[in-house]
Amino acid sequence: MGFPDRIERTVELKQAPARVWTALTTAEGLAAWFGDTATIDLRPGGSARMTFGEEHVANMRVERVDEPSAFGFTWHIFGLPEEDPRRTYVEFTLEPNGNGTRLKVVETGFAQLSEEAYKVAFDGNTTGWASELGELVTYLDAA
Amino acid sequence: MPPDIEAIAEQVFVALADPSRRALLSELAAAGPATGTELACRLPITRQAIAKHLALLTEAGLVIAEPGERRRVRYRLRSAPMRVAQQFLAALARDWDGPLVALQQHLDKLEE
Repeated sequence: MGFPDRIERTVELKQAPARVWTALTTAEGLAAWFGDTATIDLRPGGSARMTFGEEHVANMRVERVDEPSAFGFTWHIFGLPEEDPRRTYVEFTLEPNGNGTRLKVVETGFAQLSEEAYKVAFDGNTTGWASELGELVTYLDAA
Repeated sequence: MPPDIEAIAEQVFVALADPSRRALLSELAAAGPATGTELACRLPITRQAIAKHLALLTEAGLVIAEPGERRRVRYRLRSAPMRVAQQFLAALARDWDGPLVALQQHLDKLEE
């Protein structure tokens, strides 16, 4: 199957997990390598936000905080409309490696269109703008 | 994931590979449902070629033919297959290699 659900990368870092943890989970750290600006409320359920250039904003929801070994969040699927509720889950795991850290990032959920969601998306398409506009007409006519 | 998901994505990419079909889809997205004749007036594509492309797009589920006034068939865009293809593109577009190199450089710089 050529349809990727999961992206996985591992990188060996010279710095200890505590140092890497700070870069991943603080606003200052995230803004230094990931986004242009960042804010983060570091607790499960907390919000985080990064901006990229003028236009791109990533709103994240913190899901897992196990200092200094695992940090997870969900975010919007790139390319889908902003109101689409589907999200991918990103998890960083930090493992001591000598004096440094083996950092693994796994992002899952790209192929999460379940049969049901798929069917809804497909069948629901017969409504869409046509019915929205129809409802607007009905509403205006009734007023 | 149903096995036909990939087949749907493939049909979307095949449809988008042709400039005339991209023009037809863009026109339907921008201006809403239209008949083949209307599309032929607005686009630099012959009526015959439009009929051929609309048949392919209908087969792929990217447009749906609706009976309109005076038995004229109107074609409307269906976005669901696009969303399937979008998820495939999303995985390709999610660039982790760039940020991870930036992380590495950021941490090395802190050490100096």
